[in-house]
Order: sequence, then C-alpha cells, then structure tokens
Amino acid sequence: MAYKPPKQSLAGQIFDVVTLLVLTIGALYVPLYLGLAGAVKVPNPIANPTWEALGQNAAEQQQWAALGITDPAAANDIITARFDYSFSWSALIVMVVLVIGYFVMVVRLSDKEYREVIDERFGDKKR
Amino acid sequence: MANVTSTAAEPERLQLLRVLGPAHIWALGVGIVLVGEYMGWNFSVGKGGMIAGLIACWVAGLLYTCVAMIDSEVTSTVAAAGGQYAQAKHIVGPLMAFNVGLFLVMAYTMLEAANAITVGFLLDTVAGMQGHSGLNQQPFIILAIMFLAWLNYRGVLATLTFNLIITAIAFLAIITLFISVQFGASSVPLDFSAVTSDPLPYGWVGIVASLHFGLWYYLGIEGTCQAAEEVRSPARSLPYGTMAGIMTLLIAATMTWYVCSGLIPWEYLGQAGTPLFDAARVTGSTTLMILLFVGTTFATLASANGCINDASRAWFSMGRDRYLPSWFGAVHPVYRTPYRSIVFLVPIALIFALGAPLDQVVTFSILSGLLGYTFMTFNMVMFRNKWPLDTIKRGYVHPFHPLPTIVLLILCSTAYFAVFLGYGTQLSAMMCFYIVASLWFHFRRYQFVRRGDQFTMPWPKPQGY
Repeated sequence: MAYKPPKQSLAGQIFDVVTLLVLTIGALYVPLYLGLAGAVKVPNPIANPTWEALGQNAAEQQQWAALGITDPAAANDIITARFDYSFSWSALIVMVVLVIGYFVMVVRLSDKEYREVIDERFGDKKR
Repeated sequence: MANVTSTAAEPERLQLLRVLGPAHIWALGVGIVLVGEYMGWNFSVGKGGMIAGLIACWVAGLLYTCVAMIDSEVTSTVAAAGGQYAQAKHIVGPLMAFNVGLFLVMAYTMLEAANAITVGFLLDTVAGMQGHSGLNQQPFIILAIMFLAWLNYRGVLATLTFNLIITAIAFLAIITLFISVQFGASSVPLDFSAVTSDPLPYGWVGIVASLHFGLWYYLGIEGTCQAAEEVRSPARSLPYGTMAGIMTLLIAATMTWYVCSGLIPWEYLGQAGTPLFDAARVTGSTTLMILLFVGTTFATLASANGCINDASRAWFSMGRDRYLPSWFGAVHPVYRTPYRSIVFLVPIALIFALGAPLDQVVTFSILSGLLGYTFMTFNMVMFRNKWPLDTIKRGYVHPFHPLPTIVLLILCSTAYFAVFLGYGTQLSAMMCFYIVASLWFHFRRYQFVRRGDQFTMPWPKPQGY
C-alpha cells in the first residue's frame, strides 16, 4: 500500500513558504544587522605618507594615478589595511562540529527516508 | 491556468522543452561563471597577496575539475531537471535532495544579487569618470534583475541563446585585453615587483585564506547540470559542455590574474569592485576601456541570466516533488518555463542586491556552493557503491575514481577553513540555517511527499537495500 500524503491547504502552503523565507533572510541578514559579519580588515595608516613610505615603486605610482589616485594620503588606508587571521580554537572546533554534525545528521535522516522510497518503489515490504 | 498548478495528480503534465545542445551547455556554465573573472576573484589577492591569488586560482581550478568530472558522470546518468538535486534524490535520499536544492537556490540567487550589485557599481564608476559621481545604483540593480527574470519567463531557448552571444563577447574581451597588453597597448607598464618584494604579506596562512575567494573564479560551473531535462542528448552534451567550460575558465582565470596583477597594485586589486575594467582604465586606452565595460556588463548579465535559469529550475523541481508547496511546480502553458519559481525568486535576489555588501553576498554564494561540492564527494562514492559500473548504463564514466573524490574532499575542507578565516560568523549562521531547515523538512514537510515518486530512474534496486 503506497503512502498517501495528506492534501495541504492553501494556508498551509503559504505558511511553509513564509517559514522558509524567514529562515533564509533571518539567518543571512541577522549577522549583517548585528554587525557580526564580515572580515576584519583594519587600516594601519602611517603618518605623513609618501608613495615611497607606502612601498610603491615608480610603476605602481603610475598605476595609482591611472586609477585616479594621485595623493598618497588617499591610498594610505587601502595600502595599509590588513586582515586579522588570529582565531580562537574553540570557534574552529564549533565550526568543525557544525559542518560534520550537519552532514551526518542529513545523511542519516535521508537514509531513513530513502528506505521508505525504495521499499515503495520496488515493492519490498520486509523492512 | 488551474490545470497547470497541480502536478503529480495529472497524467499528462506539461514538460520542459528539449531544445538545447552542447554549445548552450557551455554557454550556461561559462556564462554563469565568467563573471567571476570580472569581479570577486580579486578579493583572494586581498586575503593573501598576489602569489596567494594565483595559487588559489589554480587550486580552485583543480577543485572544479574534480567537480566537473564527478558531475559529468552522475548527471549524464541522472538526466533530470534540478541537476544535483535530482542526483541527491536518487542516490542519498529526500532530505539530502531538499538541502541540495536549497544549496543551489541560495548559491545562484546570491550570485545573481552579486551580479546586479556589480552592474550598479560599474555604472556608478563610469558615471564618476564622466563627472557625474554619486549615481543612484538602485534603479539599475532592479532593472537588471527584472529584465532578466522577464527573459527567463519567456523561454529557455531565447534565454540561453542570448547567453551564448554575450558570454562569447565577454570572453573575447578578456583575450583582447590580454593580447593588447602583451603587444604594448598599455601606457603604464606591467609590474610584478610585488611578487618578489611582498610575495606573501600574510605568510602561508594567506594562501589558505585566499582559497575562499579563489572559488569565485569558477563557482557555478556545475550549473550546467540544471538543464539536464532540456538538452537533446544529455549523455553527450553535458560532459562535453561542462568539460569545455572548465577548460575555458582555467584559461580565462590565468589570463585575468596576469593582466590585473601586472597593471593594478595588489592592495587596490584586493578590494576593487570591477578589476578587469580597472585594468583597462590603467592602460589608458579608450577602446579597451569601452570593450571591458561592455565585457563586464555582458558577463554580469549572462551570469545573472544563468543564475535565474538555474535557481528557478531547482525551486521548480522541489515544488514538483512537493518538497515545497506544489504551486511552484507549474510550467507555463505557453512558454513552457517554471514561471512561478522565476517570479518568486526575484524579490529574494532584490533584497540582498539592495541591502548587503558585495563581499558578504559573494561569501553566502560561495558557502552554499561549497556545501554542494562536499555533498558531491560522498554522493559519488554512494553512486558507485549502490550501482556499480556494470549495473546501469552511464553516459560518461570519469577516470581515476576515487581520486577526484578524495582530492575534492581535501580541497573542500581547506576551503571551509579559508572561509572561517575572516568570515566565520557567516559560516556558522549558514550552518545553523541549514540544520534548522533540515529539521523542518524532516519533521514537517516530508509528510506531503509521495515516497515512491522520488525514484523515477529506470534503474535496478540499489545494492544494500
């Protein structure tokens, strides 16, 4: 006997779509909204910047000029900004657990569902 | 109209048209991805320096070669709309398929948003060069997304033929810039002194970190599989179009790195919005500037176009299988396109295009893509285990199995760490999203899914079941 799914009402369909939308936009926007997202790239501007002090040779100075930046002070922040790659091991472990845990969970639950699919498709009722 | 809304209940439901050839597959894959050469890849230089950017380009190329090899085998055998989604449904199970569908929709919708942001940024830059700085980018972002959604709504053949033409022009623009610079068309010399004077500003960790945006060179090539149900000969067109696409992109990526790194100081390049256009500006050649302006515009439009095509197919497939409300599984009675899915995804793309920074949107797209590539590793192993080579006919058999799978898994793990370096919060937020969405599907949504309908391939029972 094949599984017969219940008929979903229009309100139920709308509810499901709204749930997914809230999840999607919420998960992606909340870190942005709370200012938690984004790489930490911090400028370390030097005092009285010159092209030489900023480590730019003659060819690079020409390139900056062609890009519309002729004043080294205007390039000071861009040239001196660096990412901070220091991290906490606990945060890394949390990430590893989340990624591996997620895939393990999905594969295990999928397998449970898949057995129902195969049983129905191939008519095997032993399981 | 009502007769096209319900799906499985009708014996003669409308099907997608089989009208595409290998060139369209190439255009779909390269069209989505070529924009990665025009913007976004250069953030890898910002994360690790020039050398790290080049290594990331090639390492990511290796990762995507594995993806293309694996995908070609599985998709040429599971030739159904939804690509990897259909693969997951037949090989791993419904919940995995639901997740893969979400990966695809998120990766492509975020990429579409990134493209629209770039269109606005490019027009703002050009307006500024003409003395009209402060251009309001939002109308152009909205217009780009709405126009392409309309094009997709009207039909897949016209959409992908349009993509074929503008992708070819965008690709030729990169080659023209490369050749022109080689033959001295630039008034400013190529300068690679930073390779020796400041080779690894972050040390070796910078090389790992740069892999994050190195993926952007090729992200979306796997989208060729989305059109599996609309190609005339899946077994021939899909492997041929996908592999030709990855070769095209490897060449374009290397040329792009060479020209941009030689013409733009790496500190500027690492945060530029439109690096190839900036490289053309540095040459001082008006012709090259116009060409790369056109190339950037066409690349972003082609990519957004392909993204709408792919995201809507994945959403449509989930609706047709009732993983989402079946209302989304409708095919337009005249244009034969998944029109409701196309229209539904427009506002989501707009929300992110209008409200999030480019690097964040790019990261969301990369993360969803990365999860999809991780899925491909165990999917490939399960595919070979459940249906060994002599049990079903495959359109293409990739060589050296399981080497590509192992390499892909190692590179994916490295890429997760690369994203973690600097964008760990987004990674954790996205994982939480997929975990909650999975629980929602398994404990609520799955009750509406017809079990037996989830396996439609004419294959024998999988081994071990």
